[in-house]
Amino acid sequence: MNLTIDVSNKENVAYVTLAGEVDAFTAPKLKDTLLPLTREEGQTVEVDFQDVSYMDSTGLGVFISALKSTKEHNSEMKLVQMQDRVYRLFKITGLTEIMNIDSTVRGGM
Amino acid sequence: MSTLKLDLENYKELLQEYIRTKDEQALYQAEQFSKQSMQHKISPDEIINVHIQSLEEIYPEMPEYIQSSMNFLLETMISYGLAYQEHQSLREKQLELKSEISVAANMQKTLLSTVKPELEEVEIGALSVPAKQMNGDYHHFVYDGKGNLGIAIADVIGKGVPAALCMSMIKYSMDSFPEMRMDPDVILGSLNRVVERNVDSSMFVTMFYGLYNFEDHTFSYSSAGHEPCFYYRQDQDEFEEIDAPGLILGVSSESTYVRYEKKVEKGDLVILLTDGVTECRQGERFIEQEEVLKVIKSFAHLPAQEIVENVYRYFERLQDFQLRDDFTLIVLRRNV
Repeated sequence: MNLTIDVSNKENVAYVTLAGEVDAFTAPKLKDTLLPLTREEGQTVEVDFQDVSYMDSTGLGVFISALKSTKEHNSEMKLVQMQDRVYRLFKITGLTEIMNIDSTVRGGM
Repeated sequence: MSTLKLDLENYKELLQEYIRTKDEQALYQAEQFSKQSMQHKISPDEIINVHIQSLEEIYPEMPEYIQSSMNFLLETMISYGLAYQEHQSLREKQLELKSEISVAANMQKTLLSTVKPELEEVEIGALSVPAKQMNGDYHHFVYDGKGNLGIAIADVIGKGVPAALCMSMIKYSMDSFPEMRMDPDVILGSLNRVVERNVDSSMFVTMFYGLYNFEDHTFSYSSAGHEPCFYYRQDQDEFEEIDAPGLILGVSSESTYVRYEKKVEKGDLVILLTDGVTECRQGERFIEQEEVLKVIKSFAHLPAQEIVENVYRYFERLQDFQLRDDFTLIVLRRNV
């Protein structure tokens, strides 16, 4: 399974749309796309998880690095439309407490 | 050069034979010839050179344009020859690395080894199997000799060699903590600072730390973003989730951890695991938590070590003997 990453910009928001699986194979690609976006001061990076069916802990590492980077560079990150299985991972690791995750439109599995 | 000359003769004969008879036998021998050439590290452009020389000898009257086209082909193949040489040297390097990693994996095994205590009050089963050579999971038992057993189970985010090195550091930090302070919340707080300060910013650790008190049979625990563990009530044949909210180690230096407590009844089980157990997959299908618990339940009547081994074998078979993630499972049973 692969991961496709789409980025579009609108004013101060970078919309990142993911589709597929985030795992040890696809995480480096995601990191290379996501991290530079978080280094732009004042920018909001909104990541759409609607079509992410699976993510493992390597993927989680990418988002923790991105969160740290937003703090360093005064940018913001927002994760939206997460499926239950992926949301669970953020919940267990305590990251839902410190990340901006919009879980209102969570789909089933 | 004599062997190459011999090969040239041989090649010429084979070629001649094939052109004359179109016999498959000659084709088969050509295949053998190419295998031998590879063994002797002869590159593709050299073989084309041999082909050109053979043609010239078989057909002295060969038209000039064929001659030219052959030389053209030879030039075209030179890059392949270089690529082939590079491939050879990479292969050698890869073998070297492989043997170095296996030395490192053995060292890691020695460094991280922990002795499973044999105790009267509590029976323990433990199993940790790496998906690849190096294990990113870690578990550790510390018995303080005064009726307290500390149990750590952890998973490094990130795989392979860097994850394994990170684990070794965690282990040595834990060894350096004073034995008097085995409280789970204190240990996780200290480890969090160690990881936050010293480990690469893209590496994180989840850990569940439990402390079993043999005097009053309480199990106190804290978790740093680790997979929830389970408590099995023998009399009701039911599981309870042991969840302790807490942030994964290494994200924020200010994280604090809460200590929870659970009374353990005789015959009941405390089950600690990593996500290699709960994130099992059968092809494209994820194994649901209920299924994991059902499997554990089906072996719950066995001695603790047999439980963990049987559960492992079950999921190993389910995943066609290809673990996707490191697998660690610990079971404690109160005996008295």
